[in-house]
Amino acid sequence: MANLFVLQLLNGVQLGVLLFLIAAGLTLVFGIMDVVNLAHGVLYMVGAYFVATFAALTGSFWWGLLLMLPAAVAVGLILEVVVIRRLYARSHLDQVLATFGLVMIANETVKIVWGVSPLSVPMPEILSGSVPLMGPLQYPVYRIAIIIAGLAVAGGLYLVINHTRIGMLLRAGATNRMMVSALGIDIGKLFAMVFTLGAVLACFAGALVAPILSVDTGMGESVLILTFVVVVIGGIGSIKGAFLGALLVAIVDTLGGVFGPILLREVLDPSAAGQAGRMLAPMLVYILMAAILFARPAGLFGGRA
Amino acid sequence: MQTKTTILATTALTLGLATGAAAQEVPPAAEDDVLKIGLIYTLSGPAAALGEQARNGFMLAAERMGEIGGMETEIVVIDDEQRPDKAADDARELVQREEVDFVVGPIFSNILVAIHQPVTETGTILISTNAGTSNFAGPDCHPNFFVTSYQNDQNHEVMGAYAEQQGYQNVFLMAPNYQAGKDSLAGFKHSYTGGVAGEVFTELGQLDFSSELAQIAAFQPDALFTFMPGGMGVNLVKQYDQAGLSSIPFLSAFTVDETTLPATQDAAVGLLGGANWAPDLDNEANAEFVSAYIEEYGHVPGTYAMQAYDAAQLINSAVSKVGGDLTDRDALRAALKEADFDSPRGDFSFGVNNYPVQDFYLVEAVKREDGMYGTSAQEKIFDDYVDTYAEQCQMGAS
Repeated sequence: MANLFVLQLLNGVQLGVLLFLIAAGLTLVFGIMDVVNLAHGVLYMVGAYFVATFAALTGSFWWGLLLMLPAAVAVGLILEVVVIRRLYARSHLDQVLATFGLVMIANETVKIVWGVSPLSVPMPEILSGSVPLMGPLQYPVYRIAIIIAGLAVAGGLYLVINHTRIGMLLRAGATNRMMVSALGIDIGKLFAMVFTLGAVLACFAGALVAPILSVDTGMGESVLILTFVVVVIGGIGSIKGAFLGALLVAIVDTLGGVFGPILLREVLDPSAAGQAGRMLAPMLVYILMAAILFARPAGLFGGRA
Repeated sequence: MQTKTTILATTALTLGLATGAAAQEVPPAAEDDVLKIGLIYTLSGPAAALGEQARNGFMLAAERMGEIGGMETEIVVIDDEQRPDKAADDARELVQREEVDFVVGPIFSNILVAIHQPVTETGTILISTNAGTSNFAGPDCHPNFFVTSYQNDQNHEVMGAYAEQQGYQNVFLMAPNYQAGKDSLAGFKHSYTGGVAGEVFTELGQLDFSSELAQIAAFQPDALFTFMPGGMGVNLVKQYDQAGLSSIPFLSAFTVDETTLPATQDAAVGLLGGANWAPDLDNEANAEFVSAYIEEYGHVPGTYAMQAYDAAQLINSAVSKVGGDLTDRDALRAALKEADFDSPRGDFSFGVNNYPVQDFYLVEAVKREDGMYGTSAQEKIFDDYVDTYAEQCQMGAS
């Protein structure tokens, strides 16, 4: 049981760093630009499709990953200029409608371009296989690589945000964007940069999971809801909050999903316990969110409620 | 303003009632010299690949025959978008406005339940090429309803019988938490009497199975049995391989097949499944079907394509038998029931409930000689297998 716990903790952390990569962009876009972006999951999906395409073209996952980055920057900039820029002055409802429309357009476009069948990305040779953990338990090398890559990005973001001028502007923008623009900062440029950064992070997350998940339309929506929970728990606009929130949500979700049914099996028959436990795990995440919001209405690190 | 709304609401209500009443009075079929067939398949969304295979299979047969049953043939294809409400409307439209003689489809059981009554109550023939729910096999069987696939439980029963035959004592069961998932595990247990290492229900549409795989690694069962159709199966298979669990036998149904193999490729090779057919079954009709399909569409056909192909062959045989006279429904039904055609799966006949009586095989995923991936029949598990609900069917007059 202890072995299983350690293994599931690793699984939780791995999901956590992915959620963090997606949530970081979402929390910045919402915190600084005040735009509710339902299409953020689309970027995650597009990242996965990019890496699938480029990896197939070049025959190497690493080239695919490298080529994905400029493509992600381009997609982020185009989206910002064509759609998102027009939404800054609009109400949240307009933003939700427009970005939801974007989700549908993007999903259909992806289907037209890449077809309806899920794509597959071959895993880089050096990271395939698994390492023995304890006893019969093994852990895939690639998932460890995801954890390391995610932590590295988190560390990089920490440095940028706390120790550079751009980071200072980002923090200032999240706290009071009116004041930032009043001080003579080109807010349009800052917004475009924030949105593109968020897009690249989400695309990067999508590219990282491509070798373990099938690349499919709709993969974005499945993570988007959890990401929103992460942003709310962490506090809108806070990268630190997004990091902590992502780990918290992922670990609660993973451990709840596994140990809920195991504990319930003590009192129920296995098949009923399996079903009840499956319902319990997603509930735990929302209970966690409710409890945190009760104690801290602005989230863990939120500046304003 | 308020009166306008009232008017609008009343109009809508009246129209609704009018169409409801019309459904009872539709004549059985239009009397003309055109054979009209409506296909209802899921052609968009995550499961679109399944519907496309089925449509391709039917169209392939239609193209090869030219005129089905010697009649001028018109085929209407409709995408049900995997929405039962839309499918029911589509089915009504096919029957009432298009006046089709046959409705063929769908992929999903919940769609079948939605379109069954609107089609069969008008005397139109419904041929399901995939979904085969237990209710229509048993107490709700209907003379206007034929199935060219299987009863839903059967592929799971095949795997249960295989596990039993291998003498497994400790099998780990995993399925998505919805009706078909529960039915699947029940079907497996129907023919498996050994112990259960663990029984896990996953969220429908789940894509990351890391925590479930960790449990399997911890329990070290004799084998895993799972039902994970579509994208879920692709992910599970890839992750199973990556987690280093390949030493534990992987038994499945509707998980490792020609719709998922292009995505899983080598990760799935060697995994086992249960099916009523495989592309490499050794008979003439099959060799012809598989090579024609690959030539036309460039990928290996799965059971979805084969079963739809057979539906076209079935219609062809019956319409030829009655000489193109579609007005005599009793003769048409009798001709259909004879199932006088060469199925790529070999033995094929209809049971009392119009569900197939056929053989079932253990199939294994392989890399084919042409470099593509497909399933390969390994062993016949059931011979002329009749589904377990057939005895509950009392086929009365329609």
